[in-house]
Amino acid sequence: MVTHDSGAGHAHQAPTGFLWKYIFSKDHKVIGIQYILLALFSVFLGMALSILMRIHLAWPALKLPFFENGAISPEQYLALLTMHGSIMVFMVLTTAPQSGFGNYFLPIQIGAADMAFPTLNMLSFWTTFVSLCVVTAAFFVPEGAPIGGWTAYPPLSGIGKVAGPGQGPGMTLWIVGVAIFCGASLMGALNFITTVIDLRAKGMSLLRMPLTVWAWFITAILGLLAFGVLLAACILLLLDRSLGTSFFVPVGLVVSDTIINHKGGSPLLWQHLFWFFGHPEVYIAILPGMGVASHLLSTFARKPVFGYRAMVYALCGIGFLGFCVWGHHMFVSGMSPYSAFAFSLLTMSIGVPSAIKTFNWIGTLWDSKIQFTTAMLFALGFVSLFVTGGLSGLFLAQPTIDLYFHDGYFVVAHFHLIMGVAAIFGMFGALFFWFPKMFGKFLNEGLGKIHFWFTFIGVYAIFMPMHWLGLLGINRRYSAFEAYSPSVRAQIAPIQTFITVAAVITIAAQLLFLYNFVWSLWKGKKCAGDNPWNATTLEWSIPTPPPFDNFAGDEPVVYRGAYEFSVPDAPEDYAPQHVAPAELGKYYLDLAADRLKGFTSKVAESRAKLSEKN
Amino acid sequence: MLRRRACAGSTAVALILSLLLVLLVAITVYLFVAKAYWFPVSITEFGDKVDIQFHRTLIIAGIVFVLSQLGLAYAIFRFRDRGQKAKYVEGNNTMEAVWTIATLVMFVGLGILARSAWADVHFRDPAPGAMKIEVIGQQFQWSFRFPGADGVFGRYKTVEKALAERAHGDQSASPWQLDATDAAGKDDIVLGAGSELVIPVNREVELWIRSQDVTHSFFVRELRLKQDAVPGLLIKVHFTATQTGTYEMPCAELCGLGHYRMHTNLKILPQDQFDKWMAEEVAANAQ
Amino acid sequence: MPGATAAGDIEILAVDDGRGGGDVPRAGGDDDGASGGRGASRILSRRYFTGMGLGIVAILMFFMALVSAYIVRKGTGMDWMPVALPPVLFINTAILLASSLTLELARRRLGLGDRSGFQTYWQVTTGLGLLFLAGQLIAWRQLVAAGAYFSSNPASSFFYTFTATHGVHLLGGIVALVVVAARSFDRAKVTRATAAELTSVYWHFMDGLWVFLLALLYLGR
Ligand code: HEA
Ligand code: HEA
Ligand code: CUA
Ligand SMILES: [Cu+2]
Repeated sequence: MVTHDSGAGHAHQAPTGFLWKYIFSKDHKVIGIQYILLALFSVFLGMALSILMRIHLAWPALKLPFFENGAISPEQYLALLTMHGSIMVFMVLTTAPQSGFGNYFLPIQIGAADMAFPTLNMLSFWTTFVSLCVVTAAFFVPEGAPIGGWTAYPPLSGIGKVAGPGQGPGMTLWIVGVAIFCGASLMGALNFITTVIDLRAKGMSLLRMPLTVWAWFITAILGLLAFGVLLAACILLLLDRSLGTSFFVPVGLVVSDTIINHKGGSPLLWQHLFWFFGHPEVYIAILPGMGVASHLLSTFARKPVFGYRAMVYALCGIGFLGFCVWGHHMFVSGMSPYSAFAFSLLTMSIGVPSAIKTFNWIGTLWDSKIQFTTAMLFALGFVSLFVTGGLSGLFLAQPTIDLYFHDGYFVVAHFHLIMGVAAIFGMFGALFFWFPKMFGKFLNEGLGKIHFWFTFIGVYAIFMPMHWLGLLGINRRYSAFEAYSPSVRAQIAPIQTFITVAAVITIAAQLLFLYNFVWSLWKGKKCAGDNPWNATTLEWSIPTPPPFDNFAGDEPVVYRGAYEFSVPDAPEDYAPQHVAPAELGKYYLDLAADRLKGFTSKVAESRAKLSEKN
Repeated sequence: MLRRRACAGSTAVALILSLLLVLLVAITVYLFVAKAYWFPVSITEFGDKVDIQFHRTLIIAGIVFVLSQLGLAYAIFRFRDRGQKAKYVEGNNTMEAVWTIATLVMFVGLGILARSAWADVHFRDPAPGAMKIEVIGQQFQWSFRFPGADGVFGRYKTVEKALAERAHGDQSASPWQLDATDAAGKDDIVLGAGSELVIPVNREVELWIRSQDVTHSFFVRELRLKQDAVPGLLIKVHFTATQTGTYEMPCAELCGLGHYRMHTNLKILPQDQFDKWMAEEVAANAQ
Repeated sequence: MPGATAAGDIEILAVDDGRGGGDVPRAGGDDDGASGGRGASRILSRRYFTGMGLGIVAILMFFMALVSAYIVRKGTGMDWMPVALPPVLFINTAILLASSLTLELARRRLGLGDRSGFQTYWQVTTGLGLLFLAGQLIAWRQLVAAGAYFSSNPASSFFYTFTATHGVHLLGGIVALVVVAARSFDRAKVTRATAAELTSVYWHFMDGLWVFLLALLYLGR
């Protein structure tokens, strides 16, 4: 097919040799798995940090191995917190949902043989890898990991050692690492967008794309527009630190009795640049999860997505509005109160597309036929967590109320529920759903369900109580609470202990998941057919695991929307995208024949067994 | 070929999941209604307005929370796979329009309602007689300055001057010391690092918030007021406290290692006690 | 088998619901591809143009962030001391504009099949690009000589930052120029003409970006 671009552009030949096949592979599927493994490593690192933080908050004196004084010191707490936040946001939520699953499944779902630029794809993974190394290296330099939160506000982060521990080489590494990460993400975003625009198969019109593809597409656009801004900000901050410029560091600072030799920079400038990136970034974290949730809800409810078009428009709306609301992180920063008011209204209106999504998810479930696979459970959990976490955003969006909650635990509760776990639930759902396609084996459903129950209850138990800490006015980024009166401290102590216990249990349950992952790779139940979930999108039309160039040179043709489930009067409750209307009858007949064959062979088998016995 | 096989075990799973959601709603609603953990009292009119706005939002968000979680729970249980056939529906434009408009009205309405309290501190200037106090953050303490009888803050030394003095051997010179050549500074009352902020009750106070080094944040829970102290900027907020007492003032912006222990108290005194305190400070200052 | 009798209905249910592109499959991405006279290679290379366009958007966002920082920073602090732009900058600008011109001339030669003419103009373009960078270095030396260092004041900081980041991007363009001229395109995914066209898009963009930055530095002192 000459007119078709996907695949024909590459000299498509599977590479040979371990190094080219698995390490410096240009195959989007290998790269996707590499990203997922990178995220998996990072998420366990991030969790390990969080458990140490929690232990310090509940039992500060508890003796721990590997710590100099046997316990975590306040500065170590802040370093842990900074690294926890940065690793989770950058290395987990910006990699796995988008670059991991997106890389693997976006080309397949639109019927392409690979990403538009395979080499760039490989480069972007390895750049990400370098960035992870640089950021984690910050643990091992003298003066320790950075202390700045994942937001690294100057002047604290801009003047170097004088500002206290954690502001030395660790901070420099952090900034460099994040800057490298920006580069990697820009390459990835460019690749994703081009792939969606130019490599769709015949018949894959925009409004037939699965919502996962839409979500990855919009996410990539956000990434393309946002990461350049962070990159610029990081460069300016580095210049302030190392060349003595004064972009962010103002005049007349006296830090530890030293007069800092900088002139009239603007700390707020960093905040504007950071959050201009930062807010789109949090949607970069959640949009793929939304896509996956819509996809799974429809597939396992055996029902078309309710309001597909509205879902698409809502994604676009969230993407667009996401760039207009960054100021809501700066209500108490000294920004003009009038712009605060404008940002507030814009932020409130971003709830509208979110509401559309939520109602459509519930609408999809209505009058459906829900199959409770583990993947589906995580998708349902996603909806619940998204609503809970999103509604607290509604409080924070009002400057009046945010005046009280800002930089307190209410915010921590908000972003963990919506980002820390809703987005992560999207990842879990995606993994349980696609694992059989990726590896030809199922993740163990029984273990998966146990893991789901622990995690679902666990994360609510960890993060709901933080709302009440927030109501009490407890500040975040505090390693101890001596700033509060003893009566307040007595009030929060049991909450802190409760959260920590919940965190220990929940994190222990993640080992169950790790075990499931590794065990299933080896010994998991084999995935017999190509389409174990009776799903409709293109990835289920190809062999399991997919061959090197996905469609083995055949360009798929797409005949219908992505969510044709339970079409009235059809013999099966799904109509795959790639089967031509005229062939559909044959497709179903073949299915029935296969099933019959399976049945007869089973009967024959049991007959043979019976006769053996007799 | 219309086999309608039910998914095994789906009733149990559906039941557990919907019960969990119901439980979540019940516990959350209980804790919010019982106010087991709640704001400390509000001691300003502004704070009362914040509380009212919070309640409004809580009610709306609460209703949405309860309805959507319970709706989810209901759908999960009611539409579990019992061998039925799912209904082929692609959407409903009327419903989309209804919830889009409803949420829009709700959100924007709330946003506009929230405006009045915000305007109180940020759009409106303080009354002319308001008492000015400078609040200065530094790692990891607060200090304060009253303008004294003339009501005017004295100038600080310029950076150049401080540097010159350092060059001449006075290593304590700092651009945060008063410039002795400015007469307005003569009667300023400086309460050095570690002091408490003392104000009279029922009198409008305007804080001039600054920072010497990195960003800190002024926060008193009972005032419902938080304002970053940004180096290089002078930010003013004003309020009138209506209750006496001692309230904590924990720093609310990450400012380095000692962030968690950067705190002091806001002491609100009856006017006569305040005057007495002030007289003592003036006397101490005069020495 | 009931399936056999149901087969007739299936045709009806399978008719596309009209949500997508109607029941005749429609090419998702390649709508203009078949019509264009430039044939298959044009379609194959379209992704590179898309990618280039997106790359330009990303670079633009990067520079817009710097530009907005410039505007904001100019409004804060009292330490802004306008940089006296070294006149050599205007010569550099003329050189860069000229390079855009020779680039187009080279492409025209290539279109006419005149390979050596192409190479000549192309190398002139590359040379002009290098000359521009050298000119920028001279501008830096002159500024340093005038006592305006990187950290002297925000205006000079921004001047160095803008010129350096633009220079790095332009250097990328020079690498592309060299590759397009030197590489054999026998086994490549695109033709030399396409590669040249892509490079030209980037080069003109760098050119325009520089003019914009210069205008900002000059008018927005
Ligand atoms: C995945 C990430 C993610 C997402 C999706 C969101 C979504 C939202 N966020 Fe959140 N946010 C963060 C991650 C995220 N946030 C992070 C990481 C921070 C802290 C950064 C830091 O300081 O470290 C933060 C901080 C933050 C702040 C600043 C708080 C502060 O520091 O003082 C604010 C303020 O406006 C805010 C608001 C919102 C709003 C209004 C939404 C909305 O998009 C939510 C919309 C969703 C719903 C509203 C729920 C579903 C809707 C319905 C059920 C419909 C019906 C509802 C009604 C009619 C009410 N967020
Ligand atoms: C993705 C984001 C994410 C995630 C998952 C988490 C997870 C957790 N977080 Fe974190 N946190 C942040 C992002 C995140 N956090 C950020 C941005 C900050 C702010 C930092 C700052 O202030 O600058 C923060 C800060 C923060 C604080 C605030 C400290 C303070 O302000 O003083 C606390 C305190 O308890 C905390 C606790 C926890 C705990 C107990 C977990 C637990 O680990 C929860 C249990 C975890 C899971 C259930 C996830 C398991 C997931 C997997 C196993 C993934 C599987 C992988 C694939 C499918 C590929 N976090
Ligand atoms: Cu000062 Cu935190
Ligand atoms: Cu935000």
